[in-house]
Amino acid sequence: MADTRTITVTVNGKAHRREVETRMTLADFLRHELELTGTHVGCEHGVCGACTVLIGGASARACLMLAVQCDGESLTTVEGLSAAEQLNPLQQAFHDNHGLQCGFCTPGMLITLTEFLRDYPAPTETEVREVLSGNLCRCTGYQPIVAAALDAAKRIREGA
Amino acid sequence: MVEKSFGRPLKRKEDPALLRGEGRFVDDIHLAGMLHAAFVRSPHAHARIVRVDKRAALAVPGVHAVFVFADLPESVRRQTLPLLMPHPAIKQPFMPYALAKDEVCYAGEPVACVVADSRYLAEDAAQLVEVDYEPLPAVGDCRAAFDKDASPVHAGSESNVAARFPVKVGDTDRAFSGAAHVFREKIYQHRGGAFFIECRGAVASHEAPTGSFTLYAASQGSHRLKRCMLELFDLGDNQVRVITPDVGGGFGPKASFYPEYVDIAAAAMALNRPVKWIEDRRENFLATHQERDQYWDMEIAVDSDAKILGVRGQLIHETGAYVPMGIVLPWITATTVPGPYVIPNYKLDVVSVFTNKIQTTPVRGAGRPEAVVTMERLMDRVARELKLDRAEVRRRNFIRPEQMPYQVGIIFRDGRPVTYDSGDYPACQAAALEASDYEGFKLRQADARAQGRYLGIGVSNTVEATGLGPYESATVRISTNGRIVVYTGATPQGQSHQTTLAQIAADQFGVDIKDVAVVTGDTATVALGIGTFAARTAVNAGSSVHIAATEVAAKAKQIAAGMMECLEDDLELAEGTVRLKSAPDVGKSLREIAVKSIGMLGFSMAGGFPPGLEHTAHFTPEQSVYANGTHVAEVEVDIETGAVSFLRYTAAHDCGRVINPMVVDGQVVGGVAHGVGNALYERMVYDENAQPVSINFGEYLLPLATDVPHVDLVHLETPSPLNPLGLKGAGEGGTIGSIAAIVSAVENALAPFGVTLAEAPVSPQRIVELLGEHALGRTR
Amino acid sequence: MKPAPFIYHDPRSLNEAAGLLASLDNARVLAGGQSLMPMMNFRYVMPDHLIDLNKVGELAYLRFEGAALHIGAMTRQRELEFSAEIGERCPILHEALAHVGHRQTRNRGTIGGSLCHLDPSAELVNVTALLGGTLHAASQRGTRDIPFAEFAAAYMTSSLEADELLAGVTLPLPDRRHGYAFVEFARRHGDFAIVACSALLGLDRNGNIKKAALALSGLGHAPVRPAAIERALVGQKPAGAAFKAAAMEAAKLDATADAYVTAAYRQHLARVLTFRALEQAAQRAKEQADG
Repeated sequence: MADTRTITVTVNGKAHRREVETRMTLADFLRHELELTGTHVGCEHGVCGACTVLIGGASARACLMLAVQCDGESLTTVEGLSAAEQLNPLQQAFHDNHGLQCGFCTPGMLITLTEFLRDYPAPTETEVREVLSGNLCRCTGYQPIVAAALDAAKRIREGA
Repeated sequence: MVEKSFGRPLKRKEDPALLRGEGRFVDDIHLAGMLHAAFVRSPHAHARIVRVDKRAALAVPGVHAVFVFADLPESVRRQTLPLLMPHPAIKQPFMPYALAKDEVCYAGEPVACVVADSRYLAEDAAQLVEVDYEPLPAVGDCRAAFDKDASPVHAGSESNVAARFPVKVGDTDRAFSGAAHVFREKIYQHRGGAFFIECRGAVASHEAPTGSFTLYAASQGSHRLKRCMLELFDLGDNQVRVITPDVGGGFGPKASFYPEYVDIAAAAMALNRPVKWIEDRRENFLATHQERDQYWDMEIAVDSDAKILGVRGQLIHETGAYVPMGIVLPWITATTVPGPYVIPNYKLDVVSVFTNKIQTTPVRGAGRPEAVVTMERLMDRVARELKLDRAEVRRRNFIRPEQMPYQVGIIFRDGRPVTYDSGDYPACQAAALEASDYEGFKLRQADARAQGRYLGIGVSNTVEATGLGPYESATVRISTNGRIVVYTGATPQGQSHQTTLAQIAADQFGVDIKDVAVVTGDTATVALGIGTFAARTAVNAGSSVHIAATEVAAKAKQIAAGMMECLEDDLELAEGTVRLKSAPDVGKSLREIAVKSIGMLGFSMAGGFPPGLEHTAHFTPEQSVYANGTHVAEVEVDIETGAVSFLRYTAAHDCGRVINPMVVDGQVVGGVAHGVGNALYERMVYDENAQPVSINFGEYLLPLATDVPHVDLVHLETPSPLNPLGLKGAGEGGTIGSIAAIVSAVENALAPFGVTLAEAPVSPQRIVELLGEHALGRTR
Repeated sequence: MKPAPFIYHDPRSLNEAAGLLASLDNARVLAGGQSLMPMMNFRYVMPDHLIDLNKVGELAYLRFEGAALHIGAMTRQRELEFSAEIGERCPILHEALAHVGHRQTRNRGTIGGSLCHLDPSAELVNVTALLGGTLHAASQRGTRDIPFAEFAAAYMTSSLEADELLAGVTLPLPDRRHGYAFVEFARRHGDFAIVACSALLGLDRNGNIKKAALALSGLGHAPVRPAAIERALVGQKPAGAAFKAAAMEAAKLDATADAYVTAAYRQHLARVLTFRALEQAAQRAKEQADG
């Protein structure tokens, strides 16, 4: 008999109540229970950062969390970064700077940078590279992502 | 007037969906009734399978089936996975079965496939499958495997040589015998895997009524997968459809055909339910193709002016347990060695050797990076011995632009003589040296040494075959509502085809790229296709799209001329309308022309045009087209720890005319990051039993944002005469030149200590070892 | 890579957690999850019971009391990182934390989790060794104080009994005027160190070393406090000769090898990093004295 719990998790402002097996990771819960497939799974051991989400506004690796640990929590995933059909300033900066190629690492990058730019609105390039060191990318060589982050920081400071 | 799209850095159509988390990758696919597979994989690098006991696994609630070799359909059991690039030089074409039959030849080889309600349950059950193995001796090192007393990688085989072939031009014996200087270098190179962030995966969905099925796979070529499935399952063309959705990076290994695809298809057929398998990262380390070891033993002969007389040697290349891509990888390596230099005499004896490890197939660069490391080590050696500047030695040996097209004298893997079609190698190096302030480096280095810091600079030159044939398909179709669609067999994993191919087509119709939809990688939309790898898509698919769009545009004008009762020459196609040049507000829309083109029920089609406003093209290149580049790396080495950091990095590249410069830049910069990984970080470690030790991202090190240099790009454009748009490929150039430049720079930094490097990757530990006492630095 | 099934428990108090740990077989305690979850996903570890401490609020605390800093085991690394008082009174902790993983891992990771996991080169473990911390174990049987020197029993194995939890740690604060340094060599930003060296130096009125503490991690299964080297530093002028002597002795410490790194390289790094740590600590000590 599988060990299950009933949990209520708020994701992108919407509450979801589900009964889940306690061993189900948060990443799998988001992707397969809630069908929010924007959060990606790349390694399941906490290194690649593709699964990064915000839990109570703090970035965390969803592959290293159990869904049941998020009972009562408020999460933000990539799907919650902007209104439908829109791109927020950070996303727009990625678009303008060719900050993605295959797009698989992108949601994690966006979430990491959302937290970072909120807390550090005027970062240096070194600081951007350091905060991105928890997110792997194999397509871009990081350079355009860094450019997008600095560009987004500027736009947000200027009230985009 | 809509501006032409070709050549402009237009923003990508792919982006908005991906940025909002609305990509459709294979693991995002949910089909009703879908089940999940997990594999039981051999823990031994070499063993006989004595017995498999599924009972405990089958007893787990939620488990639907456990398949072993004997459970596979007869057509699958009677053949191994196809060797798609056969060659007479391959003496032992060992290939795997879809599930191990009675012998496993690498740790990770699939032995059983468990299908359950969830991946969690499938893994629970997989742990309970009992397999009795009789371990056999495993061979991990390809030099040891080449030894005549080596244990057989495949039980019962006489030797571990998969293939042996020479690549040669001229007479190296004669060239060497009279040479003023001969230098020998033994170079060890280890490249790693692709390590895309999205692991492999597939969903197989079988429809019993038609006996047909659909395979969704994260691949680099849907048509190749379909072909293999048809062969293995003995099905008709109408019974298999392969669709590649969004793919999270490919870099080569997703182009291969893997046993897991067959196994889940068989499972879907047997269970009459869709079956999904997503590779996890541990499996990715074990069971996705990669590159690994090459041992080069090389000699270069030069005259007293450092002009190359000849290059010769032997390459021992590790192919792993099987040969799914034949000898493609070592062949590309061997034929890339001469590069941009005049080498009248060249001979390389290539031996491809089996080991009990996952097989090696092309990973970004496909053997070319290693060839460049080898050639550039030799060039640096010549410079050091003859006390000449390294760039000068290269200058003296370049093929000059007036010598184009230049016959190297050897045969490339496409069966054609290696003929460089165009390129200006001296100008490329000069541009890179200028941009990187190579001249000023001596002063920077001296100033740093005065402060006890060690800087180094390295240069590498590359010529790379791109635009590999045989073709790519493109159908351009305008439907009766005037909408333009391009279908192609190209199968992207981030290369921006939806944008770049739209740019090419849009210009023929005078529309914006948003008005051209591009559909890739679906075997139901276009009959033939090859796929996206080997930096081939711009040339092949781009040319095909151009040809098809041009044909459709011409036909549109022909039909419009008939409708408007005028001459075609009076008409122009602009802004999606065919209109009179003299009276631009008089014309026919593409919608009207398309409706006309499909005829009307009961009416004869006048003019004898074939119906429809579409055209399919398969641009078939004569040969590969040759892109080139020069990389300059400037590094600092901390001699006390061995740490290498980048100060500057410059990449000059020439990939002919460029569809979208932003996309090309992205490919080059992204490629350099792979090179940084292979030069400094990435190593697959195995133990003495050929067991993989590196199976997580904590131990196998990929470069982070803090590890890669900022890359300064220099653009040159020498159009290729061999395709209508003058294109060359750009996807691998960043990787091909970077490893050599970085190794050269590190060696240059360590030159005061007499350290030379003939290996890659180079780790800080290795640098400290080579420095010996000098590494004690201030603690001496 | 999915974890094997387990029964999940989320106690609300230390008492409850201790009770569970005492009564359940094959149970593991879940703190930040940054080390345990990967092991569970790989199925290297397959507990039948998982005791999640994340709702035991009483285990998250940060208190300065006199010359000591008391930290609850479930205090997030991020909290330590952003504590201004730690920055002022125990800056070496901040210097060490700058090397600990990445933002995402520090948001969830805890000091207790790092201490119990005992990765040989974990930065927080190193600093605890340097400061001579005391670990507070709790069980149904009561509490037990374990000096750090007795805490690491073997490779990645603490001396906690099967029914004991780590409730917190007490770190003696360095003297107000002390020089400190935390240096490490790692392959990439945020990676575990190959070797790390931390140092505390106190200078006397003449500017000579009156107190020295060193902790070297990455050599063996736990950080080493090389007592002989520390003693030899006392009375010395804080300059190159003394650092070099200490460095040369550090290179003689035993080191292990693994598939990636040789013992010799670790010993070499011990030498180089000891020198750098002492140099930096001395520099800061002098600044403190002058300032």
